[in-house]
Amino acid sequence: MASSVAIERVSVHSILRDVTLHVAPGESVALIGRSGAGKTTLLRLLNGLAIPTAGVVSIDGVTVSGDLAARRRRIGTMLQAPALFPHRTVYDNIATVPRLLEWDEARIRTAAQELLAQLEVPIERFASRFPRSLSGGEQQRVGIARAMIAEPPLLLCDEPFSAVDPLVRRELQESFIRLRDRGGVTMIFVTHDLAEALRVAERIVLIDDGAIVCDEMRARFVASRHPLVRRFLEAARVPEGS
Amino acid sequence: MTNEILQATLQHVIIVVVAVAIAAAIGMPIAIAAVRHPRWGRRFLRVVDVIQTIPSLALFGFLIPLPFLGGIGVRTAIVALVLYSLLPIVRNTVTGITGIDPLVREAATVMGMTDRQRLYSIELPLAMPSILAGLRVATVIAIGVATIGAAVGGGGLGTLIFRGVAMVDTTRILSGALPAAALALLADLLFSAIESFAARRWGGQ
Repeated sequence: MASSVAIERVSVHSILRDVTLHVAPGESVALIGRSGAGKTTLLRLLNGLAIPTAGVVSIDGVTVSGDLAARRRRIGTMLQAPALFPHRTVYDNIATVPRLLEWDEARIRTAAQELLAQLEVPIERFASRFPRSLSGGEQQRVGIARAMIAEPPLLLCDEPFSAVDPLVRRELQESFIRLRDRGGVTMIFVTHDLAEALRVAERIVLIDDGAIVCDEMRARFVASRHPLVRRFLEAARVPEGS
Repeated sequence: MTNEILQATLQHVIIVVVAVAIAAAIGMPIAIAAVRHPRWGRRFLRVVDVIQTIPSLALFGFLIPLPFLGGIGVRTAIVALVLYSLLPIVRNTVTGITGIDPLVREAATVMGMTDRQRLYSIELPLAMPSILAGLRVATVIAIGVATIGAAVGGGGLGTLIFRGVAMVDTTRILSGALPAAALALLADLLFSAIESFAARRWGGQ
């Protein structure tokens, strides 16, 4: 089932200062803010790539610390680029996490086939190709499949679509949302693009200078009077009340 | 004479292969540790760099009085060759791993690979072209330096060369020098073939 996340009074040096954030199972949250605001660090606390200097981070009530390899297999992560393994075929890339989880090959094959069909990169045509022969958009789709194949209860995304053109980006967002909505997953999605945040998430958390300045559901966020929220809304040209 | 050349060549090959194999066995773990602990690694690389600057004849000389490692004979020659082979192997392994796209390495970590899994299934395969290039350089250098090893009784083709020099006998010098040059070329070709095989196998073409 979908994970719950608790970040309790966490500081990371001076990047994050006394941040508290609770995410309920099944929620989809966008972390938005200017570059350097601390949103990526906040996300990295959850897979142990950033270590709190104060406070406690926990997933499903279990503190994130120590040897995290096994726990990371149950967290889907999408980095700023698809970062596919260049020496492995599309299929072997997608099979990475299931193999770490010791699924049998038949199960991996079925899951990969279904997922790739939904992402419109048919397995027959792509399975044995290497990443460098794929277009940027195709690589992104394989990246989505690789992050989601093991149906992780928690999905962490760090501006995954920032490097593709706006039209492909829109398609990727839609494919991504369709897949995410298949089943119980909690999602935390970092972006500096408010339009993207409003599209993928129902709750928006605005971070500035290492602290949360606004944390609202979508409709209330766009109605917020906070000056920084207004500036983001103007930049994204999202009409009030949408 | 032909028999003598063949024997010296075989001995030369054995010395080089043993030395490069030992250097790889020592150098690659050192390189992997150096990547994990960059501050410690940089210091170590500097030491290896300095070893490389010692003139080879002097290095052989320094080794003679050392117990266990030194003395007169093949062992001393191999120890010196290991020291020379270390630099290209360590440096190329480090460059190979650190040259991998940081996001690719991070992807391996966040997907839940242990350090060991990431090393064997991602880092070493992707660093392989660079590691092989290091082995190639190490081997070619070792073939050349091994001829000087004859000065400390290391055997190999250097024996013929030193004897030729002492007797001012050009034919004898060439009987050692030509096979040594041929070996170096052969090693270079062999590694080229391995490198292009590895590029096909791991390069993702």
